Amino acid sequence: MSLSLLIVQTLNGLQLGVLLFLIAAGLTLVFGVMDFINLAHGVQYMLGAYLAVMFYGLTGNFFFALVLALAATLAFGLLLEFAVFRHLYDRNHLDQVIATFGIILFLNQGVKLLWGASPLSLPMPEMFSGSIVLMPGILYPVWRLVIIGSGLAVALVLYLLVNHTRVGMLVRAGATNAQMVSALGVNIRRLFMIVFGFGTMLAGFAGIMIAPILSVEPGMGDTILILAFVVIVIGGIGSIRGAFLAALIIGLVDTLGRSFSVDILRLFMAPSPARTVGPAIASMLIYLLMALVLYFRPAGLFPVKGR
Amino acid sequence: MADATVTATTAPVVARGAFSGNLLPLLLFLLFAALPLLATLTAEAYVLSLVTRVMIFAIAALALDLLIGYGALISFGHAAFVGLGAYAVGILASHGIKDALISLPIALGVSALFALLTGIVCLRTKGVYFIMITLAFGQMVYFTASSLAPYGGDDGLTIHTRSTLGGLPIFGSERSLYYICFVCLLGVYLLCRALVASRFGRVYRGARENALRMSTIGFEVVRFQLVAYVIAGVIGGLAGFLLANATDFVSPAYMSWQRSGDFLIMVIFGGMGTLNGAILGAAAFLLTEEWLSGITEHWKLIFGPLLVLVAVFAPGGLIGLATKLRRMIRG
Repeated sequence: MSLSLLIVQTLNGLQLGVLLFLIAAGLTLVFGVMDFINLAHGVQYMLGAYLAVMFYGLTGNFFFALVLALAATLAFGLLLEFAVFRHLYDRNHLDQVIATFGIILFLNQGVKLLWGASPLSLPMPEMFSGSIVLMPGILYPVWRLVIIGSGLAVALVLYLLVNHTRVGMLVRAGATNAQMVSALGVNIRRLFMIVFGFGTMLAGFAGIMIAPILSVEPGMGDTILILAFVVIVIGGIGSIRGAFLAALIIGLVDTLGRSFSVDILRLFMAPSPARTVGPAIASMLIYLLMALVLYFRPAGLFPVKGR
Repeated sequence: MADATVTATTAPVVARGAFSGNLLPLLLFLLFAALPLLATLTAEAYVLSLVTRVMIFAIAALALDLLIGYGALISFGHAAFVGLGAYAVGILASHGIKDALISLPIALGVSALFALLTGIVCLRTKGVYFIMITLAFGQMVYFTASSLAPYGGDDGLTIHTRSTLGGLPIFGSERSLYYICFVCLLGVYLLCRALVASRFGRVYRGARENALRMSTIGFEVVRFQLVAYVIAGVIGGLAGFLLANATDFVSPAYMSWQRSGDFLIMVIFGGMGTLNGAILGAAAFLLTEEWLSGITEHWKLIFGPLLVLVAVFAPGGLIGLATKLRRMIRG
């Protein structure tokens, strides 16, 4: 367990954390404001990646692809909102789960039909490829730093938007008590469409940014969706601040757990059982963390609902 | 006027008429019982294995209906219990223990223990948090199973010999396995009905409507919910035991969150809080899947939107749809 490995893995954990935050931010707001469970949020992330690959194929330029894919995910998200989700806001959670689950099935298969089942890749922009020397002996890929940087920038923008603008104030109020906000004469449906569109775009952005280092394949949104749910539940549903902290915690715990669990277990176990048990514990770690958090704070770290 | 609205809203819960009374389950079970005889006329092995699968999933769906339909406890980790039951069979079989007299109690016991331990934690939370924490526990079991390298890990574990009962190979032939599943389904169905109608069931259902009021009258609501959660877990374990014998194989995929989603869909598709709906939903889900996947490899393109349509236009599921139709016909 050397120091340089620890630093590299911490950065990787941060990178996973900001990625999770990009996805969880939209999810937690949609959840918080409209009490709407959107399982289909993960496929928006997948769609962002696929659209970026497609637009890159058409334009040959990463930044054009980024902008076009963002616009397309936004349009698609609003289309989904208009066609399906709008009819489900007043329903119970189960109807929402089943409908959005149906959308996952449809889009995962649709993507397979359009682009094939084999993984695709998106080349990263020339100027950000390669690695830089962080410290003597530690090389780190530039693109991952770009992801961390852009994620933190988005977090800052979101913080300013949510805490220092009128729309942000309404969103916070909506997360606390949507009915009251509506009774005060705010068009909560329109507010929700804005939040939803924004959240969709963030998920798409996450997908586009991660596409150069992950393979773009059907179903890539499913695992990340579950992680994002863990994040927003730990953070407290509806809380951006909670989502940010929980995302970083989850990212770090998961990454560090995976890289060091075997080493740590070997301190007090024989090497061979440690190699078997280690990975199992590492993949359970975040769920264990979630169960613990919910046991002691059943409404997450930063509960929002004022009930 | 007031009376009319009350009956209208409570109608799906109170058993009455052909679709929510006894005629539908009677027809269903008669059909299940007679099917092997009819199947001899066609592709017997195919029909038997398909309907065996339907019945096993119906058992698991019944248990889930007990939770979500009667207790409003939306569990997104139900597949974990099925997986535990299945893995108990698989792991014991790989050590040469294949008698159901040993493996069945262990399968049920493991599921019960897991339900008890996780139930204590899960029932502290409410609503969405409950959905997510059950999901978390389901994922934990899933990852544990996929890291069990001695038992196949991600690839799963093939079971070379099916369970026996006291040395008799009654799980061996497809037809006797079919009837074992049939008897189990019937037993579980009757048990659930009795449970829901009992004093225990009334308190449990009361907690769904208003937990605060129930606890004010003096019931410790969480205890009732915990018992129901454990019962549902044990039934799930039973389904897993049967599933392992029917497929001769266990794998972590049995407890993936998508599988838990499938169970939820079955219950909602059929109409939750009716028990009949769970059986109907399991049958409808698996048969639709089988039918569509026979038509095109991209069957999920049709199945996905179908789920959306059910959620948007038929919130009561098939049973709800049938009740609505009957009401329209009667005026």
